[in-house]
Amino acid sequence: MELLDVSLLGWSRAQFAMTAMYHWLFVPLTLGLGIVMSVMETLYVKTGKEEWKKATKFWMTLFGVNFAIGVATGIILEFEFGTNWSNYSWFVGDIFGAPLAIEGIMAFFMEATFISIMFFGWNKVSQKFHLASTWLTVLGATLSALWILVANAWMQYPIGMEFNPDMTRNEMIDFWSILLSPVAINKFLHTVFSGWVLGALFVIGVSAWFLLKKRDTDFALRSMKVGAIFGVIATALIILTGDGSAYHVSQKQPMKLAVMEGLYEGKTNADLLAFGVLNPDKKVYNDSIDPFLMKMPVPVPGMLSFLGYRDFDAFVPGIKDIIEGGYETPKGTALPFTEKKARGKAAIRALADYQKAMAAKDTISAATYKAVLKENYAYFGYGYLENPEELIPNVPMVFYSFHFMVGLGMYFLALFVVVLFFVYRKNIEKQKWLLWISLLTIPLGYVAGELGWVVAEVGRQPWAIQDVLPVQAAISNISSESVKLTFFLFLILFTALLVAEVRIMLKQIKKGPETH
Amino acid sequence: MFNKLYIFYRDGFKNMTVGKTLWLIVLIKLFIMFAILKVFFFPDYLNTNFDSDESKANHVRQELINKSN
Ligand code: HEM
Repeated sequence: MELLDVSLLGWSRAQFAMTAMYHWLFVPLTLGLGIVMSVMETLYVKTGKEEWKKATKFWMTLFGVNFAIGVATGIILEFEFGTNWSNYSWFVGDIFGAPLAIEGIMAFFMEATFISIMFFGWNKVSQKFHLASTWLTVLGATLSALWILVANAWMQYPIGMEFNPDMTRNEMIDFWSILLSPVAINKFLHTVFSGWVLGALFVIGVSAWFLLKKRDTDFALRSMKVGAIFGVIATALIILTGDGSAYHVSQKQPMKLAVMEGLYEGKTNADLLAFGVLNPDKKVYNDSIDPFLMKMPVPVPGMLSFLGYRDFDAFVPGIKDIIEGGYETPKGTALPFTEKKARGKAAIRALADYQKAMAAKDTISAATYKAVLKENYAYFGYGYLENPEELIPNVPMVFYSFHFMVGLGMYFLALFVVVLFFVYRKNIEKQKWLLWISLLTIPLGYVAGELGWVVAEVGRQPWAIQDVLPVQAAISNISSESVKLTFFLFLILFTALLVAEVRIMLKQIKKGPETH
Repeated sequence: MFNKLYIFYRDGFKNMTVGKTLWLIVLIKLFIMFAILKVFFFPDYLNTNFDSDESKANHVRQELINKSN
């Protein structure tokens, strides 16, 4: 094994995680607030009531602040691909190439056109044209999240591509199966809906602040109503697509599912945990120590089996089973880690032999090696792993993140329902406790989304591309010092942006709807 | 037509309030990102070290082979 610079890998991962998480502080509010302001403007056009116009303009300004500060922060992740993760970038080839660029340009022009009409066009273009521009701005912003999520889904479930050993890269053979991969569609929807949930929480939280201050009450009540209805719909959708995510994870990334549930030993009729405290003494996957100090399943027996396999009696493999193999799957008996590793090594050896044969212009041998490579390619990445423990992601981080995300989802639903109840009773402004809770819940909307990304990304370690490329093979040969330096540069830049965002937002909120 | 567009944007920018601060932030951010970070700290590793697609492919292939044993 080549001496791996552990700190290089650590810093490269830390930098990617930090910039991705900061980027994700800006994106979801754009998606969610965008829908809210579009709905309000639609109400204005339909009813002709100036109050709706005033509300639309207020939320639109906050949308603008968030959009301006967040825009282009995602490009930083692409800088990192090229510098820190060059093996990976080259290896994935087409998936990050043309489609991402085309989409970027399309979304840019769409947004650049419609966002200016949205902000500058009041009273200058017709009401309907203005309304269409507002909706198209949001559509453009939503679409610009599409391909990057398709690419992410491909890394979790690589399909529609074929590895070309001459170019050392994966080439697209089926665009539609990549775009319409069930993982991609579900991921796109779950992610967009998480933005909607945050947007709704933001709207009820800020409106609650106005009600607590007894300012702009009519505006705040209107906004509260739209926010709460939108929130109920968005949370129902996020729970529905969350169920889809868990199903796809079970099918395509069983180790991630096992870790999400702290399941070491597989079982049929497996329960889903509502709550659990992990045992810190559990250090080895195949010892006899109970992984939990305490746990509480949801009251429906076999719920995890149902979630993962749509069958209450299905067998859900645990961490130990996945490493040791031997259980039945729709594709046949699961292979043990040792066998997968042997196949991975065979694939990498075949690549090396293919290279030598091609250099020697021995095309007959080259064809044989290419066939061996193709046959074992599905396990290519296992050839980089030495011990089975390397297959196991960080259990506490994934387990707690998953359970907090789900718990927050349930809590948000309850909150929106209660808020809506008092909105219809027409006495929400008197429920001080509820107004405070609504205000204080805004940060939790951000927390839930970040936790979701921890589940998805930490939960798939060690893989950059599931089963095919582990992170240690994906990084560039650069010095860890330079990655450390840029880590802090980004930390400073993003923190400055965040401070600017919060300050400008607060200032605009305090000004209230009258001035917009 | 173009004149109308020009006036549309000119008036739009003129009447901005918070938008002015936001534009300033966007421009500073883009400058830091593209003129400083990208240029000095984020060279594309393969483009800087290799000229052709073939030599990039060879390099990555060699890396993938070496890293496994
Ligand atoms: C309430 C039930 C929920 C369930 C069952 C659920 C399930 C999941 C699962 C299984 C993943 C991992 C997907 C993967 O690895 O491919 C995930 C990711 C994610 N979740 Fe949730 N989630 C729920 C609620 C929420 C809430 C309330 C939010 C935020 C408001 C949220 C935001 C996210 C995000 C941003 C991701 C990462 C993107 C992705 O992989 O889809 N989730 N969720």
